[in-house]
Amino acid sequence: MSGTFLGMPKFQAAAPEALANSQQRRNLQHATHTIRDKRARVVEELDDWEELRQAGAAIKDNVLSHLDTYLVQLEESLTRAGATVHWASDADEANRIITSLVQETGTDEVVKVKSMATQEIGLNEALEETGIAAWETDLAELIVQLGHDKPSHILVPAIHRNRAEIREIFLSEMGQVGTPPPGDLSADPRDLAEAARVHLREKFLRAKVAVSGANFAVAETGTLVVVESEGNGRMCLTLPETLISVVGIEKVLPRLEDLEVFMQLLPRSSTGERMNPYTSTWTGITPGDGPQQVHVVLLDNGRTDALADSVGRQALRCIRCSACLNVCPVYERVGGHAYGSVYPGPIGAILNPQLRGTTSEVDQSLPYASSLCGACGDVCPVGIEIPELLVHLRTRVVDEQRGGMPSGEQIAMKGAAWMFSDHRRWEMAQKGTELGGRAMKKKDTIGRLPGPLSAWSDARDSPTPPTETFRSWWKREKGGQS
Amino acid sequence: MSTRDEMLGRIGAALAGADRRPPPDYTYGAVTPLPDIADTFVERVEDYRAVVERVDPEGLADAVVAALDGAARVVVPPAMPAEWLDGFTELTRTQVVTDDGALSADDLDRFDAVVTAAAVGIAVTGTVVLDHGPDQGRRALSLVPDLHVCIVLESQLVGDVPESVAPLRAAVEAGRPLTWISGPSATSDIELERVEGVHGPRNLHVLLVRDLLVHDTAPDTAPDSARATPA
Ligand code: SF4
Repeated sequence: MSGTFLGMPKFQAAAPEALANSQQRRNLQHATHTIRDKRARVVEELDDWEELRQAGAAIKDNVLSHLDTYLVQLEESLTRAGATVHWASDADEANRIITSLVQETGTDEVVKVKSMATQEIGLNEALEETGIAAWETDLAELIVQLGHDKPSHILVPAIHRNRAEIREIFLSEMGQVGTPPPGDLSADPRDLAEAARVHLREKFLRAKVAVSGANFAVAETGTLVVVESEGNGRMCLTLPETLISVVGIEKVLPRLEDLEVFMQLLPRSSTGERMNPYTSTWTGITPGDGPQQVHVVLLDNGRTDALADSVGRQALRCIRCSACLNVCPVYERVGGHAYGSVYPGPIGAILNPQLRGTTSEVDQSLPYASSLCGACGDVCPVGIEIPELLVHLRTRVVDEQRGGMPSGEQIAMKGAAWMFSDHRRWEMAQKGTELGGRAMKKKDTIGRLPGPLSAWSDARDSPTPPTETFRSWWKREKGGQS
Repeated sequence: MSTRDEMLGRIGAALAGADRRPPPDYTYGAVTPLPDIADTFVERVEDYRAVVERVDPEGLADAVVAALDGAARVVVPPAMPAEWLDGFTELTRTQVVTDDGALSADDLDRFDAVVTAAAVGIAVTGTVVLDHGPDQGRRALSLVPDLHVCIVLESQLVGDVPESVAPLRAAVEAGRPLTWISGPSATSDIELERVEGVHGPRNLHVLLVRDLLVHDTAPDTAPDSARATPA
């Protein structure tokens, strides 16, 4: 038993099941490779990408290390602009606030813009318990909701479903909650999207209340920003009388100008487009235009715990672009459900244990759901050192579980933490992997990984390490200028 | 203690002794030089499968009629320049209604098309930005009808996203919303196959009006204040 990693069984139990689902693996592989190729192409177009990345990271670090000041400023500007600000410590409190806001309007349904924060707090379920129906309006979220399913990817939540499955779901479920699809519905994505358009249009036009998240919240002006593609966001943010937005406290940006950095980083990292089709911003209430009741719920739910960890804090820079999912060899094979949370993939592996603590089996196992190949850290538009954080969190899991003498693997983890905590040691260690990467150039995968990683590699192949790390590339290309 | 004070207290404690990081040393509002800003804009808007045409001011009214493609009911914002609709005569069967603010979402759903101005066009990304001034109307107007004809002046073009924020600041400070539009509504949620038109207008027709003689270099529209790194 001592050979097993602490907490591993949870992810290990979920992973083989997911691996056995060959349809899902094919869908996922196709999706992640397509998006990552698109991303690489549009990132290459910008010769100042690294500068932007660094600016993105620095803006977020500035925000996080002055979060108290910026949140109070945001509250002031929102209030001045006519919005009502609420503070919520955890999921229950947020759900209570939102439920009573909806009840006050006298309606029993809300339309929703895709939002990770509302999934994180389980808002739909909480509303349902009080008899309020929450309609997801993003096409993928609609598929997930109608299929009584869970999302499996941050950006494309229904990526594990193919068109035939979606057609079945629409035919059997849509009519029960609103406008049914035509009886002769085909599995053509065009027809499926049209069925969703007709089904949701009725809901948009009658909805009195909408619930959204926000990609960014500008402290200086009190402006909230939602980035989307389909226009369902615009519908929700514009047509209802009341708008309730759930905003994680890490979403704050200090100045309006900061948007220029993130409106370049986010779409290119996320969908691999130069720009997403629609971005909406609103600043409180605009007379004669859009909702005249605007509420903003500032959500903690574990974020202050992450903030208190000087190494872990950087996970709060995350802008939920999903680039790290699309390059992750582990995610690509097991899919999103195995992570047991709304945040899957590399970001999930570092964010969940910090937001929820490392007391549950799944949260103990998540820092191990990685081959530490480093690809996630290299694509992250805000420079989160995901591998470093994974090792940091492994140490934490081990420390918390420890009773008595440290085991060999605990010492190994400490050693790894020591290595990751200083960039020179990290670079030296990476030199090692670079050489390894070069030596293995002809091979696509490594067999058994050494030491603590063997538990992972025994179950599956890992990709060979890149022949050059991001850091050494940076040094070579931009040496001395940063 | 209120939740607010508790949360702020937890943040304060979390940051006690933390290294308080300054804003980045980054130049905001940098100009992206382009050989021909209008060409880039047109090419990038086309990439999004929107229709885009360059027109002379004298040809605009006819281009609007052509872009509306026989739409029977058209809604326009309260302060759209009248000459943009000069192409319509009493004989055309198109009914043009000016939004008085009283149209409901259901009313708007019965219009086939909307014609609006824009605030900024971003060349590199092929984006038009509406700041919902009186020549662009409230947000619902350019959202509900299925065809959006959007008129952008060449003088409103900027190179890339960094230059777009400064010209929009006044609208944001005045409390107005912004809508950034890059192509028609689209989804890739089903097997990543792109389908145009889910909820927003399924057709976007951009008319780029020549109102400056030549654009050899990108116009330097960003005021100095936007370039300085704010403290
Ligand atoms: S961790 Fe980085 S790459 Fe992953 S979702 Fe967040 S911002 Fe994107």
